[in-house]
Amino acid sequence: MSALPTQVGALAQRSIMRTARQPASAIPPLLFPVALMLLNSGGLHASTELPGFPTDSFLAFALAVPFIQGALFSTMNAGTDLARDIQTGFFSRLALTPVRGGALLAGQLAGIVTLGVLQAIFYITCGLLLGVRFAAGPAGIALLLVYAALVAVAFGAIGSYLALRTGSGEAIQGLFPLLFVFLFVSSMNTPRNLIAVGWFQFLASINPISYLIECIRSLVITGWDAEALALGFSIATVMAIVAVIVASREMGRRLDRA
Amino acid sequence: MTRDNSIVVEKLVRQFKKGPRAVDGIDLHVAPGEIYGFLGPNGAGKSTTVLMLTTLLPPTDGKALVGGYNVRTEGPKVRSVIGAALQEAALDPLLTGRDHLRLQTMLQAIPRPERKARQNELLDRVGLTEAADRKVGGYSGGMKRRLDLALALVHRPSILFLDEPTTGLDPQSRTALWEEVARLAREDRVTVFLTTQYLEEADVLADRVGIIDHGKIVAEGTPAALKAEIGRASIHVIPRSEEDRPRIIEVLLRFGEKLGSERDLAVRLNDGLGMADVIRAMDADGIVAADVELRAPTLDDVFLAKTGRTLEGAATGEDGAPGG
Repeated sequence: MSALPTQVGALAQRSIMRTARQPASAIPPLLFPVALMLLNSGGLHASTELPGFPTDSFLAFALAVPFIQGALFSTMNAGTDLARDIQTGFFSRLALTPVRGGALLAGQLAGIVTLGVLQAIFYITCGLLLGVRFAAGPAGIALLLVYAALVAVAFGAIGSYLALRTGSGEAIQGLFPLLFVFLFVSSMNTPRNLIAVGWFQFLASINPISYLIECIRSLVITGWDAEALALGFSIATVMAIVAVIVASREMGRRLDRA
Repeated sequence: MTRDNSIVVEKLVRQFKKGPRAVDGIDLHVAPGEIYGFLGPNGAGKSTTVLMLTTLLPPTDGKALVGGYNVRTEGPKVRSVIGAALQEAALDPLLTGRDHLRLQTMLQAIPRPERKARQNELLDRVGLTEAADRKVGGYSGGMKRRLDLALALVHRPSILFLDEPTTGLDPQSRTALWEEVARLAREDRVTVFLTTQYLEEADVLADRVGIIDHGKIVAEGTPAALKAEIGRASIHVIPRSEEDRPRIIEVLLRFGEKLGSERDLAVRLNDGLGMADVIRAMDADGIVAADVELRAPTLDDVFLAKTGRTLEGAATGEDGAPGG
């Protein structure tokens, strides 16, 4: 039997173990997005009075945001961990084993996906406990978990690419605010059709993060919205494919250099 | 069929972009089962050589065969026969010693039924059984080095690269590691390529020593042969009274050439002379010394003879190459 699944599993297990043993970096990605969601729901509840607002619960509207925020946090943590491995020489140790680039990246991503799905379960549980009803029902929740895994692959591969490219945890932390700008210039707090400022509406409309959020939002407040789902899944898939390709190339370059 | 576990290097070069020629056309031949000590100051090119021989850095020019495989074109095959403990113990502080070994046995594709036994065997061998379930972040430098060695041995390599394995270790940990390395070569016939900046380490462990300076090998041979090349012992005197100093140096200069600084009472003895000759001459002049010591030539003397500098002095002159 091929050793590949064992090797990928071993690397994923290490990734999860590391996260579990660093509560200081594992807990903020869970709690911070939920805290921000609660804060926004309290302050922006009046937005639901706007004509055309898709729901009368801002909490239900905002629940999509933690999924993407959490994914961004995971990107940073995963990237920083990989960069640290490069800096400390642990990556060289891995490079000396029979494990090749594809398996190294797959192992890294498998850990990120597992954590991403666990994060999604946490956000869904928080939403349910706060009284949010998922319009798409249990099947929608199941689909949401699949979507969370896909988004985790996309963002995890971006984080891995940055780590492999720069080899510096500090560089990745420096890029983090830039990733967050994408989140803020999106439809995270207001539906795109209700954004009154022209330039903001334009940026939100060309920002792929808007569509990633709206895909989740549709499952929570609309039900089965084919267009939103198609857009969200397509963008996440394209992001994941492109990010995995560039991360694989960078892994190959890094191993050649190694 | 017997596996070839030799190392053959011809005209190996590593030139860094906009940097120095860290390794400048070296030739090496390490025989199967031999412990080869690669000695030199920081920045001499030791670590760069190890990185190339372990396939972690491509050579700019030249040829290197490790275990019969070409490091340029047969990387996976080279990696399958080597183990390496590089300069810094590359460990994850959040994992335990056992976690590290579990990960390594899985990545090295050790069959599942054998994994646990192999982990326990290696933990026992490096004396980490009791600390196996503690996070590595809490290990001492010596424990980290021993774990690093255990990880390098997981897949039973026939060639082992150790890059400054005892740097920063206390004497007890250093001795323990030396014993294990010697045992590996003696009992398991593992070829060991060991870089060090410690003369004593090369002297105690290595069957043969190569001395590298500024990317070039300046001397090679058994420690005994290299020291015999220098040949002459030195004599060092500690005066009982400071007033005797001029008279002592006058006597000493009859027997050889002055060593050390102005104040040192030491000479390299001329051929055919020994400590007894010096003591007899001091007695005849009525000089009583607090101590007289005869020192055999050291590898530092060899380094001094070949480069014009002492190894310790050379260590302060970094040349910019990564690692050693």
